[in-house]
Amino acid sequence: MFKYLKQLTSLVAMVAVLFTFTTETMAAKKSKTLKNTQKKGFVRCGVSQGLPGFSNADAAGNWTGIDVDVCRAVAAAVLGDASKVKFTPLSAKERFTALTSGEIDILSRNTTWTLSRDADIGLTFVGVNFYDGQGFMVRKSSGITSTDQFKNGISACTNIGTTTELNMRDFFNSRGISYEPVAFEKADEVVAAYDAGRCDTYTTDKSGLAAQRTKMSNPDEHIVLPETISKEPLGPVVRQGDSVWEDIVRWSLNTMIEAEEYGITSGNADMMKTSDNPAIKRLVGAEGEMGAAFGLDNDWNYRIITQVGNYGESYKRNIADTGILPDRGPNELWTKGGILYVPPAR
Amino acid sequence: MKLKKILPQAITLLVVILIFGFFTMNAQLNMENRGIDFGYGFLSQESSFDVQFSLIEYSGSDSYARAYLVGLLNTLLVSILGIILCTLLGVIVGIARLSPNYLIRTTAAWYVEFFRNIPLLLQIFFWYYAALRALPLPQDAEAIFGASYLTIKGFYTPSLIWENLDIFIYSVIAAIIAIIFVRIQAKKLRENVGKHLPVLNISIAILFVLPLLSFLFGGVNVGYETPELKQLAKTSFKFEGGLSIPPELLSLVIALSLYTATFVAECVRAGIQGVGKGQREAASSIGLNRKQVLNLIIMPQALRIIIPPTTNQYLNLTKNSSLAAAIAYPDLVLVFAGTALMQTGKAIEIVSITMLTYLTLSLSISFFMNWYNAKIAIVEK
Repeated sequence: MFKYLKQLTSLVAMVAVLFTFTTETMAAKKSKTLKNTQKKGFVRCGVSQGLPGFSNADAAGNWTGIDVDVCRAVAAAVLGDASKVKFTPLSAKERFTALTSGEIDILSRNTTWTLSRDADIGLTFVGVNFYDGQGFMVRKSSGITSTDQFKNGISACTNIGTTTELNMRDFFNSRGISYEPVAFEKADEVVAAYDAGRCDTYTTDKSGLAAQRTKMSNPDEHIVLPETISKEPLGPVVRQGDSVWEDIVRWSLNTMIEAEEYGITSGNADMMKTSDNPAIKRLVGAEGEMGAAFGLDNDWNYRIITQVGNYGESYKRNIADTGILPDRGPNELWTKGGILYVPPAR
Repeated sequence: MKLKKILPQAITLLVVILIFGFFTMNAQLNMENRGIDFGYGFLSQESSFDVQFSLIEYSGSDSYARAYLVGLLNTLLVSILGIILCTLLGVIVGIARLSPNYLIRTTAAWYVEFFRNIPLLLQIFFWYYAALRALPLPQDAEAIFGASYLTIKGFYTPSLIWENLDIFIYSVIAAIIAIIFVRIQAKKLRENVGKHLPVLNISIAILFVLPLLSFLFGGVNVGYETPELKQLAKTSFKFEGGLSIPPELLSLVIALSLYTATFVAECVRAGIQGVGKGQREAASSIGLNRKQVLNLIIMPQALRIIIPPTTNQYLNLTKNSSLAAAIAYPDLVLVFAGTALMQTGKAIEIVSITMLTYLTLSLSISFFMNWYNAKIAIVEK
């Protein structure tokens, strides 16, 4: 009797092991990154070294920002808990190496989507979470109100390893203005040097200028000039070669944007489960099998909306309410005059 | 017996090759998986970024290879300036530490203990941000010696404009050759006849007279250009013309030389103290004066002790100059392993080139210092 019991237990155990094995391979059958993430229990996310509104850590080490929210959305979708993210602060110079070498799985660090980055260095951009453009900041007292007033010999502080350096050259060259580029590795050093008076102007993405302005010793002394000299679509990046993971990150971002379009917020997502509109029901996991293709359950998008919120909530919380850029500009939904337009989730 | 000798070495070699092979294969495989190409073709592509400070003509329409050269020359500039300054300061402080004067001795000791015990990066930041905070804006700067200005945007000083510079350089070279000839003759005279020539005075005279002749008869002429204040906007000014040295270079050279000089000073002190007391006493007893004792007896022996550890400090200084990246001085690491790496994404290629470059630099310095050390070594008779 006892003998049989022992055999039976081992049989049950074997079946159990086999079953878990098959379900696991089913869930993560195509994506090594997804499998590793679920095994580790956290999403590895590369962020900036501190850019208010985008990715910034408070004194207690809590990260906030719209770039941070993309990673939180992925964590909510994949692991069921938006707080299960491990953030790695990276300089502009380190970011791509960290991603391609596998140190992080998502790079969500105000990174401009360009052809050469997408095609050359083993990266795939999954979307745009902020439409930006490069601008210039100057001291109010200088009396400069437009880039037309720039003169030969102007010195410009910026970051190395960014598209900024290249745009700046194109801009000054096309206008025939000689300039002195002063390029630092860390954003904080750029701000400190500009603030001290080393440079006449500070140039980077306009959102970055607005955010860094809040860090200056006296923000009111500086203005951002109205001209935008480049297109800077910023968005999350993943490694090339894992299309399932790429899709998960892409549709986590799209879910946030589409949720705003349909008026689904973290507050009303529960009620929306019983909505009459099938498009809304699909977004809160109440209709269709929207997660199966990624190897996720059906509530993945519902969790993103309840735990992180829609894009509008994220923008308001991180960028508008902090006074960085109260006006959404191009980052408004296409239905409201902006250019945020994502493919439908169906 | 032979096998016993060879086998362990062969195994070690094999293991080393296997380890390298493993990493190479892994890197290749990973790069292939991620769709990254390997190759040095990017070096001839247009770099399309500008550099703040360059010793050669450079703009963004030049190639990455030229950007590399710009970075390399900037690194060399900092290293050479740093090595010269830290040697001068190090020797002075090293000798000062042995001074019979209490104040000089203690000041030197404090200097050494203070500067060598603070991390270099911190010192670089200190000098850079201290400079930025403490220096005046161009429009507020007071003239130094009438025409030089030390401002937050850099040090501006009149630059010389030469006519027939090549003839002047030839005259200097001729002067140096003449000095070497005089020295050889003086040494012969001293050893054969026992007569002392005032070699130093003669050398200085030659060094002045020959270039002076080139001015008088060679058509060499020097003009100068002074920096002029120029207004960029209502409250924004800069100096134009003349020679300008960016504050990044200034603070980097100051920080590197102050830091490394402490170690050089300790080498010098150790070298002098390493020469036996009896040597000094014996030299005095045969009637040499203080200067002769130092020049003929102490220093030749002390240098043997000083040179090898000082070589290490020169190597350290050269390698430490890569900290320049922190304060925007466009050295090899910032320009090539920074911007160029970012723009091309060729991490392995660029880092390997940079590593090889530093290796070559260090080996060259080491090679030169070893040669010098061998030259001044005392040959036992």
